[in-house]
Amino acid sequence: MAMQAHEIEDLIRAVFPDAQIKIEDLRGDGDHYSCLVETASFAGKTRVQQHKMVYDALGGRMGNELHALALQTRIPQ
Amino acid sequence: MLDTQTKERIQTEIAGTDVVLFMKGTPVFPQCGFSAAVVGVLSHLGIKFRGVNVLEDESIRNGIKHFSDWPTIPQLYVKGEFIGGCDIIREMYETGELMEMMNTHGIDVKPQPVNEPS
Repeated sequence: MAMQAHEIEDLIRAVFPDAQIKIEDLRGDGDHYSCLVETASFAGKTRVQQHKMVYDALGGRMGNELHALALQTRIPQ
Repeated sequence: MLDTQTKERIQTEIAGTDVVLFMKGTPVFPQCGFSAAVVGVLSHLGIKFRGVNVLEDESIRNGIKHFSDWPTIPQLYVKGEFIGGCDIIREMYETGELMEMMNTHGIDVKPQPVNEPS
């Protein structure tokens, strides 16, 4: 069962309350999203670590219910 | 869970070749858009790599996710180090970091000319 954009945002915000989160449903099918997450929590972390932090927030859904999430992570300038 | 035998097979793969891409399908016939995107980036940079088709081996397909603690395929390894999946490789390519990283790892890079539409 695919996920809704707000579900993804809620899961990420629960772990990163200060984050700027932008989610786009790329194909309107609830299965292919792009997601930009910007938070100071990423400071000092490599990109792989930053992405893993987001995947952890999604609680194992990445690669399962959540098939395609094009993720970008940023640290606030 | 990652059994010892699968772990050793993965370690042998990533130690045996400088650039290894665990992917769905083969470099000639990628069977997933994300895998195809990484193959495209590596080919465009003229980087020699070995494709490991996880669709042919369920234990590798699941084992690699535990090995790197990364939930998806494709996964790129350079000199035994996990570099990232499709999103990260694409972003590194766009920022030039991928080429820089390959150079610092002593990997031959021969960017192919982009054939402009005539």
